[in-house]
Amino acid sequence: MTITGTVARISGAVVSARGLAGARMYDVVRVGNERLVGEIVVLDRDVATIQVYEDTEGIAPGEPVTTTGMPLAVELGPGLLGTIYDGIQRPLEVIRDEIGDFILRGVHAPGLRRDRGWDFTPIARRGDRVEPGDLLGTVVETEVHEHRVMVPPGIRGRIEEIASEGRYTVEEVVATVRDDARLHRVRMLQYWPVRQPRPVRMRLEPTDPLISGQRVVDTFFPLVKGGTAALPGPFGAGKTVVQHQLAKYVNADIIVYVGCGERGNEMADVLRQFPALVDPTTGKSLMDRTVLIGNTSNMPVAAREASVYTGITIAEYYRDMGYDVALMADSTSRWAEAMREISGRLEEMPGEQGYPAYLASRLADFYERAGRMTVLGSAGRTGSVTVIGSVSPPGGDFSEPVTQNTLRVVKVLWALDADLAHERHFPAINWLTSYSSYAGTVRGWWAERAAPMWEEYRAEMMGVLQAESELLETVQLVGEDVLPEEDRLVLVQARLIRDGFLIQSAFHPVDTYCTAEKQYLMLELLVRFYRQAREAVAAGVSAAAVGGLAVKTRLERMPFVPNETFPDEYASIKEEIAEAFAGLTAGRSAYGVTMRG
Amino acid sequence: MSSDRKQQGRGREYRSVTRVTGPLIAVSGVEGAAYGEVVEVTVPSGERRTGRVLESREDTAIVQVFGGTEAVDTVRTSVRFTGETMKIGVTEALLGRILDGTGEPIDGGPLLIPDAMRDISGNPINPSARDFPRDSIETGISAIDGMNTLVRGQKLPIFSGSGLPHARLAAQIARQARVRGEAESFSVVFAAMGITYEEADFFIRNFRETGALEQAVVFVNRADDPVIERLITPQVALTVAEYLAFDLGYHVLVILTDMTNYCEALREVAAAREEVPGRRGYPGYMYTDLAGIYERAGRIKGREGSITQIPILTIPNDDITHPVPDLTGYITEGQIVFSRDLHRKGIYPPIDLLPSLSRLMQGGIGEGRTREDHAAVKDQLYAAYARGRRLRNLVAVVGEESLGDIDRLYLVFADRFEREFLRQAENERRSFEETLDAAWRLLSMLPESELVRIEPSLIERYYPRRTEG
Ligand SMILES: Nc1ncnc2c1ncn2[C@@H]1O[C@H](COP(=O)(O)OP(=O)(O)OP(=O)(O)O)[C@@H](O)[C@H]1O
Ligand SMILES: [Mg+2]
Repeated sequence: MTITGTVARISGAVVSARGLAGARMYDVVRVGNERLVGEIVVLDRDVATIQVYEDTEGIAPGEPVTTTGMPLAVELGPGLLGTIYDGIQRPLEVIRDEIGDFILRGVHAPGLRRDRGWDFTPIARRGDRVEPGDLLGTVVETEVHEHRVMVPPGIRGRIEEIASEGRYTVEEVVATVRDDARLHRVRMLQYWPVRQPRPVRMRLEPTDPLISGQRVVDTFFPLVKGGTAALPGPFGAGKTVVQHQLAKYVNADIIVYVGCGERGNEMADVLRQFPALVDPTTGKSLMDRTVLIGNTSNMPVAAREASVYTGITIAEYYRDMGYDVALMADSTSRWAEAMREISGRLEEMPGEQGYPAYLASRLADFYERAGRMTVLGSAGRTGSVTVIGSVSPPGGDFSEPVTQNTLRVVKVLWALDADLAHERHFPAINWLTSYSSYAGTVRGWWAERAAPMWEEYRAEMMGVLQAESELLETVQLVGEDVLPEEDRLVLVQARLIRDGFLIQSAFHPVDTYCTAEKQYLMLELLVRFYRQAREAVAAGVSAAAVGGLAVKTRLERMPFVPNETFPDEYASIKEEIAEAFAGLTAGRSAYGVTMRG
Repeated sequence: MSSDRKQQGRGREYRSVTRVTGPLIAVSGVEGAAYGEVVEVTVPSGERRTGRVLESREDTAIVQVFGGTEAVDTVRTSVRFTGETMKIGVTEALLGRILDGTGEPIDGGPLLIPDAMRDISGNPINPSARDFPRDSIETGISAIDGMNTLVRGQKLPIFSGSGLPHARLAAQIARQARVRGEAESFSVVFAAMGITYEEADFFIRNFRETGALEQAVVFVNRADDPVIERLITPQVALTVAEYLAFDLGYHVLVILTDMTNYCEALREVAAAREEVPGRRGYPGYMYTDLAGIYERAGRIKGREGSITQIPILTIPNDDITHPVPDLTGYITEGQIVFSRDLHRKGIYPPIDLLPSLSRLMQGGIGEGRTREDHAAVKDQLYAAYARGRRLRNLVAVVGEESLGDIDRLYLVFADRFEREFLRQAENERRSFEETLDAAWRLLSMLPESELVRIEPSLIERYYPRRTEG
């Protein structure tokens, strides 16, 4: 079945080969004497143009090119969790054991280990009629997760044999399924071509929020399980930190983190931190629920292009088991640039800013693979894939093609802002330009969880922030002292919301994760303070006096109070607010600090 | 690994240059030129230059000529394909030597006998082999140590502009940098690309005077050297750095200056190839290309040494959104940004702290590393200084009278911060404690209730009480 041709031309990651009549588009080929991995991306009679996933230095015309007859696919099965792969699913730790600390080309290692045994417990029984997605059995993949071994898409029929409880490698047959004509041997190891979405039964509307413990996200710009979000921002604005925070803390079952064309040290950081960190939902090591794809900026650019597909295919696979999966792609711009680089070498007609004309459709197709679904299988399980993509616009200018085409398809925008980042207001999510289309979706979830006024409070505080931005324009021109007291109070309150709520340090041991309960209580106190303050100001108290209240400092320090003890702090602050305003309006100043001294 | 090909290719020579454009030549009738293969170009005068295959077709090779294409003709020029990819000989004896931009000694020193030949493009460090950098470096400079701590294995560029003292700062760092508790200083690999004679000389003299030259390898491609040559200078320098760090266990500080010149050379090649230009004419693959340089910084588990990089770039027109600083910032682990305003005010180092950032600071500071209050103090200083700066802009429009008492304090704070904390002498070396103590002295201008980024227990411990003074 294999066809062999010869290299005709090499230009960076792109190689053309002739003599490949009969090869198929998107087939994987082996290029050159070192048998580098490549994929056919253009066919013109017997000439194939190939993007090569490894460094092509040293390849010369005349060297052989052989087809494999298979599209680029990932290996699916137990052993994915806790592993770090490159963009075409080569396990980096295995490669390191084999060839050392630097990645050389021409090394091949399968995505899943062949020598490891997994304890399989059968679910299906002999004689059962099964369809794609039905469970054959389970494997304990990590302490947290039951790996569900499914009948692969395309296979249905009657179970002829099923493995009994015991230990099997991924290559051993665990079930045989007979359809009318054929006998299918099903192993734990299954393949799926990365560029093709895995089939589902039905797309569902998202319902539940994906809680991240990040206040500005959960409270102001919520994301949902099965939703999509874009995270654009200039360099240093905090995209990666937000992505890491989400990977650590969101209440999803499985995390797929794709480091696409970014820094090696950021992957090292995840590898260092995650094993030691505890998943707030399960109490187990975070690494147990995480698959990492790390194709850093200095690794081959074609493999970078493939990395997001490798990631999302793995995400879909766990979704099909009925899990909620969240995928972080940092950064989708590097993926788009890889497309551009390859397209340039292919001498395709360039579109906007040199990107290929198919940029928009590739982005849309990728985000389309997110969603909450009824997955295959007679049990009618639901699962979801949530996708959060960083975008790195050149010069921080959001009008560029990748940002714009992404915003056309995603439902949440967390717009990171250089000015906020420079002032060290982190997360630097600009509250005026960001949005979420899911606020209505998650309202019910909050209301059911002792946060009945969530929507109203949220709107009230957002109103203050918006009013502030308008007032600041005036202040810039004429100063603050012309403003009426109630407007000056808006400025005081907005500062308080920023300092006491929006700013959240990812590096502070307490502040890094804020439970939904604490978020709501904090919000409630901010609203309470504001309502009382407005009354006081209406009664003639100055905004400055409100701003000088000692309890305001306590509100600003709320982020550092542990989640567990916050209810007590809440009660105590609530009391102090009442006392402070009683004091103010009674004409006695509760303002403890004198400034002039 | 590829020896068979090398054999077959050795010494093929052609006189079939068909086209010359900018730094590129096309050679026809070539059989099996390998992508990236090194060629030797001999122009009619007999002068030899090195080149590299940029694109290889069945019968034509496109070659980039590092010495430039001046005097290349299409009749008598000969091109020999060597069957090798670009390599440099590495040895510990390189320490103390001065070389040109391609790695040829220019100091008249003894012949170098390499211990090994290394491919200059290097190979990516396996991300799983990386050791996350956490050893903070005391540079003695408060703006860096206090606010944007550098750690061993980091890549932290200086974003400068023409006429600003980036060379002085880089030299000061090279001179003063130490890891706490270690006596040993850094070995320096210095790579100059397209810089002036004076600037190159400044560094060399500086290294010589402080005795650092013995622990340094200096590569110089000057402004009047061939432009295309500077495309290989950083790769050559980093190949040497990797050998020193990961084979011999040195802690290497790599200074690359000026990356803007490097990028211009890249642009020139792209233009000659008639590639679709990206932003401002720079090629679309510049991000990937720069990453191939900057990502060669780091640490590796189980190995002694480290590579810390300080690339310097002068920003055209002080525009930080220009592709060179922009793409750099997207790859490096932060940046030190210079400000012309501060420089005019006579403040050295003129570091604009707001856009400056060290992304690896967090893991390198705190209890047991620098001091327990470091993170909180840094956050508070940033918040206060940013507020002061914002008010400064406001006051410029509406006057100081419109400010409340607290705001006035912040205004004064920003000024004092620049004069007392940021500013220091070129030979002044402050310890982490001295930097942090200076920070507390400034913070004590503000009432405790303003210090909301610092936990009360730390305020209790460090806030200087009035009674002391
Ligand atoms: N939530 C946060 N809390 C504290 N610090 C933060 C936070 N977010 C970002 N930072 C700071 O900002 C720095 C830059 O953030 P990050 O690396 O995430 O930027 P980025 O947007 O991913 O940049 P690039 O596009 O260059 O990768 C961090 O190293 C950290 O110092
Ligand atoms: Mg990032």
